[in-house]
Amino acid sequence: MGYVAKNDILDLFIAQLTKQYLIFAPKRFKNGGIYSDTDCIRYGEVTSIDQIVFDEKSEYSFKETVLPVIQTLFFFTEGSTKEADITQKEIIVFLRSCDLHGMKRLDDMYLHNGPADYYYQQIRSKVKFVLIGCEHSFENCFCVSMGTNRCENYEMSIDKSGENYRINCKNKDWKKQLSDLNLAEEPVAPSYVTENLIQVSIPGNLEFTVAQSKIWDEYDSRCINCGRCNFVCPTCTCFSMQDMYYSDNGKVGERRRVWASCMVDGFTDVAGGGSYRKKNGQRMRFKVLHKVYDYKKRNGYHMCVGCGRCDDICPEYISFSNCINKLSEGMKEVSK
Amino acid sequence: MMLQNDYVPFPSEIKDIIKHTDIEYTFRMSYTGEIKPGQFFEVSIPKYGESPISVSGIGKDFIDLTIRRVGKVTDEVFENYLGDTLLLRGPYGNGFDVNLYKNKELVVIAGGTGLSPVRGVIDYFSKHPKAVKNMKVICGFKTPDDILFLNDIECWKKTANVILTVDNADETSNYNVGLVTKYIPGLRLNDKNNTVAIVVGPPAMMKFSVQALLNIGIPEENIWISQERKMCCGLGKCGHCKIGDVYVCLDGPVFNYTKGKTLID
Repeated sequence: MGYVAKNDILDLFIAQLTKQYLIFAPKRFKNGGIYSDTDCIRYGEVTSIDQIVFDEKSEYSFKETVLPVIQTLFFFTEGSTKEADITQKEIIVFLRSCDLHGMKRLDDMYLHNGPADYYYQQIRSKVKFVLIGCEHSFENCFCVSMGTNRCENYEMSIDKSGENYRINCKNKDWKKQLSDLNLAEEPVAPSYVTENLIQVSIPGNLEFTVAQSKIWDEYDSRCINCGRCNFVCPTCTCFSMQDMYYSDNGKVGERRRVWASCMVDGFTDVAGGGSYRKKNGQRMRFKVLHKVYDYKKRNGYHMCVGCGRCDDICPEYISFSNCINKLSEGMKEVSK
Repeated sequence: MMLQNDYVPFPSEIKDIIKHTDIEYTFRMSYTGEIKPGQFFEVSIPKYGESPISVSGIGKDFIDLTIRRVGKVTDEVFENYLGDTLLLRGPYGNGFDVNLYKNKELVVIAGGTGLSPVRGVIDYFSKHPKAVKNMKVICGFKTPDDILFLNDIECWKKTANVILTVDNADETSNYNVGLVTKYIPGLRLNDKNNTVAIVVGPPAMMKFSVQALLNIGIPEENIWISQERKMCCGLGKCGHCKIGDVYVCLDGPVFNYTKGKTLID
């Protein structure tokens, strides 16, 4: 069952939630876009329903709410270390189905690939998800091909329908709060797309031998190794460690981790001058096969969730989905 | 449940420093705990960062870390931390399992600092010579001045057939001259199917040494290698050491060659 509410009633509900939770959702940042006079839709803290952008795809994923771009791990003080504090408040994240599937990828990387990550684990235990339904597909989305267009593991779903918001609530506490606002119950289910303009097909016979194909060579010149595709991706998990010291006191500083990109220079550098995957085409091959081949080999399902943000953001108009569709051609080439 | 923070390093006292060359020292660090040769620690210097360093020796209350001065962290270790403490976290990685080599003929081929991760294996079988049918060690360095663990190499000669070679040396030197691969075809092995080999060193040296071992008939499943990659977190999270579906810090750095040959970047 669910509820239908107008935004003033929903704001009362949001106001109640903000007492207990930090709420993050896609938000418009005026003039924050990469071109002049353009806006940026990315995740930020919200306190009212009007601040949430429902009708556009966010350029950046929800990822930064559970995995900060820069995260202090601990502080160095003279001869000792002190762990960085982690927010005590619980967190609600509004996100779409593809992103909620992305969350499973982050969980598997940070909780199950090796020992559980201390910092991620603490934030993760505080997070609840509100699914934003998709009435239609956005540009470059291919979630249906990746099987991420639907999901069930949400606490609440919300769809904007004209002036109304249609809510499906599974969380008992929130249900009570909604009932207390005198909202009548009625059947509501989150909307989801059943087809995208873009479809991808991952060949069933895909093997690592496709690395030998010439399909990767075009990216040597087209890709400018800016790494944006990695930063907008909800499933990219890599980071680098950095030490920084406070200039006022050279004996006190912090170690932190920052998002990293397998597409940029220096990612594989080892001490003494060694470096791997120097060509941009090799990096593209590494990233693509990670998303649609080797992650599955390790975890049993594909990493890519088909949100298409990598295609949206690429300044060189490189299409990840196109590249996936070239893989069967690549397999034919290397099988000759 | 008490969560464990694997990112925070612990201080370890520098008990001793053994100088091999101008840029390669072994730091004997206080440490107690289970550890295998070939595993590694992240050595950390606040302000400069971390470096993954292989364990080159294991004692009751210490570990040896042989560090080559090749980057900003190791520069700092050499310049400012002598006689003090280092921050460590680990051990990480799978390491060498000596049980896999017992009762077999063992060939160890090491190049340069590649001798560090296998030193513990050679030491173990030097102290337990009856645990293997025989042990042959080929270790190569660039010049006589670059030789590491010279005292150990002399000790190993008591129980193992050790070939020490250098790439270049002047005429007055008594050292064998040539790459390690030069000595592989001449290895006298009784049963090649029951011979196991460990190869660790620079990538080109490993490639040609493995080829030479395969050429003399050692089965590829009997060969073990140790991979070098940027191992930033050591915990399978940061992604820098990933090759295909493998995380070198978790699944390696020691790999059987049947797996190692598939790790192509």
